[in-house]
Amino acid sequence: MSTVAASTLSHGTATSLPPARKSRRRRRPVAEFLSTYVFSKDHKVIGLQFLFSTLLWFLIGGLLALAVRWQIAWPWSDVPVLGKLFAQQGGQMAPEFYTMLFTMHASVMIFLVIIPILAGAFGNFLIPLMIGADDMAFPTLNMLSYWFMWPAFFFFGGSFFVEGGAASGGWTSYPPLSTNMNSSPGMGMGQTLWLLGLTMVGVSSMLGSVNYMTTIILMRAPGMTMFRLPMTIWAMFITAILQAFALPVLTAAGFMQITDRMLGTGFFSPEGNVVNNGIASTGGGQPLLWQHLFWFYSHPAVYIMILPAMGMVSDILTTFARKPLFGYRPMVYSIAGIAGLGFIVWGHHMFMSGMNPALGITFMVSTMMIALPSAVKTFNWLGTVWGGRIQFTTSMLFALSFVSMFIIGGLSGIFMAATPVDIFIHDTYFIVAHFHYVLFAGTAMGVWAAIYFWFPKMFGRTMNEFWGKVHFFLTFIFLNGTFFTMHILGAVGFPRRLADAYHYETFHHLQPLNAFMTYCAIGMVATQVIFAANFFWSMFFGPIAGRNPWNSNTLEWTAPSPPGHGNFDFQPVVYRGPYEYSVPGMEKDHLMQTDPPNALASAAAAHAH
Amino acid sequence: MRRLGGIFWSLIFLAVPILGVATFAVAPSYNIWLPKDVSEHGSSIDGLFYFILALTGVVFIATEGLLFWFLWKYDAAKAKGPATYIHGSHTLEVVWTIIPAATLLFLAIYQMNTWADVKMRRPAMAPTVEVVARQFEWRLRYPGRDGMLGTRDDLFLTNDLHLPVDEDVLVQLKSMDVLHSFFLPNLRIKQDAVPGMKIPVWFKAKETGQFDIVCAELCGWGHYKMKGRVTIESRADFDRWLEETYARQEATQPAPEDTAAAAAD
Repeated sequence: MSTVAASTLSHGTATSLPPARKSRRRRRPVAEFLSTYVFSKDHKVIGLQFLFSTLLWFLIGGLLALAVRWQIAWPWSDVPVLGKLFAQQGGQMAPEFYTMLFTMHASVMIFLVIIPILAGAFGNFLIPLMIGADDMAFPTLNMLSYWFMWPAFFFFGGSFFVEGGAASGGWTSYPPLSTNMNSSPGMGMGQTLWLLGLTMVGVSSMLGSVNYMTTIILMRAPGMTMFRLPMTIWAMFITAILQAFALPVLTAAGFMQITDRMLGTGFFSPEGNVVNNGIASTGGGQPLLWQHLFWFYSHPAVYIMILPAMGMVSDILTTFARKPLFGYRPMVYSIAGIAGLGFIVWGHHMFMSGMNPALGITFMVSTMMIALPSAVKTFNWLGTVWGGRIQFTTSMLFALSFVSMFIIGGLSGIFMAATPVDIFIHDTYFIVAHFHYVLFAGTAMGVWAAIYFWFPKMFGRTMNEFWGKVHFFLTFIFLNGTFFTMHILGAVGFPRRLADAYHYETFHHLQPLNAFMTYCAIGMVATQVIFAANFFWSMFFGPIAGRNPWNSNTLEWTAPSPPGHGNFDFQPVVYRGPYEYSVPGMEKDHLMQTDPPNALASAAAAHAH
Repeated sequence: MRRLGGIFWSLIFLAVPILGVATFAVAPSYNIWLPKDVSEHGSSIDGLFYFILALTGVVFIATEGLLFWFLWKYDAAKAKGPATYIHGSHTLEVVWTIIPAATLLFLAIYQMNTWADVKMRRPAMAPTVEVVARQFEWRLRYPGRDGMLGTRDDLFLTNDLHLPVDEDVLVQLKSMDVLHSFFLPNLRIKQDAVPGMKIPVWFKAKETGQFDIVCAELCGWGHYKMKGRVTIESRADFDRWLEETYARQEATQPAPEDTAAAAAD
């Protein structure tokens, strides 16, 4: 077996597309096209379907953010482009339109972009390849997990066009605002569609998570012990566990909200509650119940939205620092620690909610402690970079910026965790700064690092490095211009979700700063044109990559680029952990997981790839 | 050329702590900073904010500085020889687990007292005023001469909250419809108003003046304009204001200035 592996490696060239697929496609074009590219059960195709869908929604979410920023910077001024679409409002943005915009910006970014791009796109594409499996454990479930996203796309997308517009109760959808149809425009059909869309995203995630757990537990290649798994896989594994345990709560809560709205069950409304002179609720419920159930999912979901990026960044950092990961086991344990503690910190979203303040103290202590594993991870990343031989590729720059920005996002979290300070900065731009540093400057930068890194494996070609660096540079500058300033805005107490805050004495002087941030945000979205052009141009015209363009160690780099159906053209056998870079006494500076141990000399011969 | 690249990118990462600290350093001179605090408990909240700012500031500068230094020093185009082959250090892991753990635990315990003062140690007194939030206004009810809410001499107002200085004040917070949040930036007070709940809020103002009441929890399309004002005044002024406003409420004829205002409308 090992000789097969070695010989395949040494011959490994880029152009080896599986011939079988091509010839079959010629025979039965339509059916073949559908089963290969549309209703495919191949994890790589499903991963790419997720990637393209989520990138499209990323664009939509970004444009929604620009519209939000426009209103904050220049309230009630005519909105370019969008103003013409909503001509009945005379080109201005109505306040209910503004509330809808930020609600849908957050909902789209969280439920249709970040969660599916990490677990759906990269989880799907990478898990079988990195553990040496030929596919997922349940290919049909896998296909369904993608196709359950489409109802969600229709529910979320379609809700913009129903009467009253899309949901406008914030992405947290707090009742009674969200359960009472009279409370605001957008609380009719739009909110119902939002809840249905959320349920579909939940079904999709659940199907994915069951699949990932089973695949990682049962389908690892010979020799791939749990502690030889790359960090990406560890992160995906623990993320899948988080989803499996947290999601049912949200799904149940979502159904309760639907029945509150449609059947008048009153889980979340107190007795006789009247909103906007509507009909009194029969009630008997508690608005805080929703917050507990919602955050019991949505706080672990915060880690679902960052852990996979942490894992991928760890793999990218080691590759381009040419150095083993510093503290592999502490890294694994800290991910597990984050996941475990992640279940008992949800109350820190509710310090001001009216929840018993004594309970707030216990949540404060657990929240303070969850900063610890994050700190350990950061120190280990720094330790990984220390003493390395750093190659400043685009992918590495994005991965380094993940570390740099995650430090900011992690540290700003401590302010909110401190309950007395939270009294002042809760629901201000300080929290907006915090989660954008974690989710955009962290996760999104990690996703870009991953796209530049695994693009060669996905499409057999590398992306353009020069334009990649231009993309990185501008995104990095503009994102800090947009989000760093939010910290000082939050220090003034500038509240989030206000269509116009300048009529308050406390906030009237903050418009120029907001205008600056909006200019940066426009620049940031515009920069993504460079990325889109690079992405599509490189798909077809980029330089041919070869199996292992970055001289990386993990299993996916032993497969052809792109891998054919079944992934590997040989049975991968794993002999060591994934981070054996710069091993002393070796001619080449990396030792792949499949390189046989008796072949220190023959590995040197394999330096051709 | 490759070497210049490494220098350039290292400096970009160095710019993060430099510009980050600079932003926080210049913000107060543009008045983009904590608004004036006029509450008794506010100084301990602000003190904790500054303490955490200093603590995280040091960690921020240290970690970002290290990241820059490593990028600068270990650039593949510059550094000689292979990378250091090391898988970690047990000692370091223990050190950088214990120190942050102790710091975070200290921080957790250190702040408990302030939290308890603001949210748990309720003064034993009758409510000074009842604030009822509603889309999109603050309805106020003062107990009147008998000091009891729900009697015939209650005083009703909207958005114009008056409170005495240098005295404990107890606000009984309710909501009529959806969630709201009673946010007094200058008094360092924030508390959600929840339908079905009566939530006590207490503080002591130490300076007179007029300040904003902001709604800080999304309550619908008009959330942005749910604005009130709080006037902190001396006990004498407060009593006089109460009497005048009560007299106006009870007058069968609108007071002259009200008629004038109505005509102007």
